[in-house]
Amino acid sequence: MLAFKLAYRNLIGAGLRTWLNVFILSIAFVIIIWHKGLLDGWDKQARRDMISWEYGGGQYWQSKYDPYDPFSISESHGAVPEKLQQQVQKGNLLPILVAQGTIYPEGRVQSIRIKGIKANQNILQLPTDHFNKESENIQALIGQNMAQSNSLDSGEFVILRWRDVNGTFDAREIQIAGIFKTNAPSVDIGQVWVPLEKLQSMLKTPGEATILVKKNTEVPTSQVSGWEFKDLEVLLADLDAIIKSKNVGGSIFWFILLLLAMLAIFDTQVLSIFRRQKEIGTYIAMGMTKRQVVGLFTVEGAFHSVLAILVGAVYGIPLFIWQANTGISFPMEGQDYGLAISEIMYPAYSLTLVVGTILVVIIATLIVSYLPARKISKMKPTEALRGKLQ
Amino acid sequence: MKQEIYSPGKEYNSWQYTTFKLLRMENEAIISIKGVSKQFSMGKGKFTALSEINMQVKKGEFTGIVGPSGSGKTTLLNIIGSLDTPTEGTVKVLGNDISNLSAKKSASLRKTKLGFIFQTYNLLPVHTVFENVEFPLLLLKLSTEKRRKMVEEALSWLGIEDKAKSRPAQLSGGECQRVAIARAMVKKPEIVLADEPTANLDAANSHNILKAMVQLNQQLKTTFVFATHDDKVIKYLRRQVELFDGKIARDNMITQKEA
Repeated sequence: MLAFKLAYRNLIGAGLRTWLNVFILSIAFVIIIWHKGLLDGWDKQARRDMISWEYGGGQYWQSKYDPYDPFSISESHGAVPEKLQQQVQKGNLLPILVAQGTIYPEGRVQSIRIKGIKANQNILQLPTDHFNKESENIQALIGQNMAQSNSLDSGEFVILRWRDVNGTFDAREIQIAGIFKTNAPSVDIGQVWVPLEKLQSMLKTPGEATILVKKNTEVPTSQVSGWEFKDLEVLLADLDAIIKSKNVGGSIFWFILLLLAMLAIFDTQVLSIFRRQKEIGTYIAMGMTKRQVVGLFTVEGAFHSVLAILVGAVYGIPLFIWQANTGISFPMEGQDYGLAISEIMYPAYSLTLVVGTILVVIIATLIVSYLPARKISKMKPTEALRGKLQ
Repeated sequence: MKQEIYSPGKEYNSWQYTTFKLLRMENEAIISIKGVSKQFSMGKGKFTALSEINMQVKKGEFTGIVGPSGSGKTTLLNIIGSLDTPTEGTVKVLGNDISNLSAKKSASLRKTKLGFIFQTYNLLPVHTVFENVEFPLLLLKLSTEKRRKMVEEALSWLGIEDKAKSRPAQLSGGECQRVAIARAMVKKPEIVLADEPTANLDAANSHNILKAMVQLNQQLKTTFVFATHDDKVIKYLRRQVELFDGKIARDNMITQKEA
């Protein structure tokens, strides 16, 4: 209790010197939490977007399907098994047929992936209600980035060429029925979405599909011959790997910030040992034990972080609330990263993040405060009283 | 009134007995130094700061260890104050053998029974005058109200009540030393050890400070031990223990008449 009282007096009495240290430390606190919150927010948003736009509650893949092998795409389709067909009819599974194709926007050749999807689905966020069932043209949906890179606009026509199941090439004009905006580049870049029945007839594969998307994770999963179930852990593995690498980078940044903050405390404490030697000698002369003096200096250091938490809370909490509501404009295009990045990023500040950061900083402060203070215990009181540098 | 002499076997009432006990305590040495030597390592060799020191200080004395710079005054004062230990010999302060005292007991002795006054005041710069004087009482874990009363009393002894809210940087040298004395005296210690208390003060301030100390010595019966070579202080001492090259060269008790 005495150490707390004296440490408080010493810190408040030191005035500007204390507040400068506290302010610097509070900035480190706020930036650490803000930065981690941003990464967590990005992580959550990316997962959410990928799930709602592409992965649903998991996917069944036709056993030959490999999204990274364009040569096997033409063979990776099959009839929906009876067992899964029931779930499709119940609206728990969404069949998607995938094929390779080419479009010729403005005379250029653009290799694309054609994906057939039901017009009346509500499992994925894709706006398939744009498909005009009454039109005789092949209706197509494309993403905003795809539209921009190929100079395509809603209502325009573009030639699409494909090979059917027999290997026969065919080509027709398709009409852009709608352009959607998404944060998930994998449903946008190089993707053309057409009605499932239309693609099945184009490929001469009636009733067949490549992927079956589960409505949500609660829909029961079945073992079906010729189909493999990929849960979200598998589907989001690439995203998780990218987030993980970002987190490593973030952790380095976090460590540097923490180090800078700790350096400020350590520097103050080391300076104290030299500058406050007489004071230390006086404490001992007046009856404090060396242990009490070490305790006092350690508590003083720790108090810096406690005050920094309070000061940081004063401007940090409103800042965090404001940022969590309005988000942060992210100037980079999602396709540069190949994963879902929203134009506006909403940081997510969890209790674990805030409490964890506070605990880490307090513990680190205690350690860096204790280390120089421990040197005091080796100081002779008579030397300390003379303020003699050792 | 003539002082009655205590006769063993004779019956006394409790008041008389207490008076005899106090008188006996007054005559007993509260600091006893026997054959004390102190050596410091200096490179490969050793430097002898004190050699074969023998002396006793009784309760209520106003004693000075005097001598030129480097004669060992501060070293002896530090040993008495249990801030240092002798290389040889024994030092007993209020019955405690300094050489064998644990760090905790040594700190406890300083906390409860000893007061220190330093040449450079050694006030805590970020604390106010009140807080500086209050500091020893905080260590004694006294209640807030008791601390406040005792601090106010100490500030009034030294005539610095109006400076209670000031910080050391806002005070003159004389005022700083008064604060240092108030801090040393506030807990009413048995012994006050003052190391060159007037070295940084002018003549007028020195006399005022010393008068205050003499007054406290007489009022509270506190034992004062000075380490000094300042003539201004020496004039006030009732006993001078002169050190030269770490040895006692002379031990003068100044009688009332001489003073």
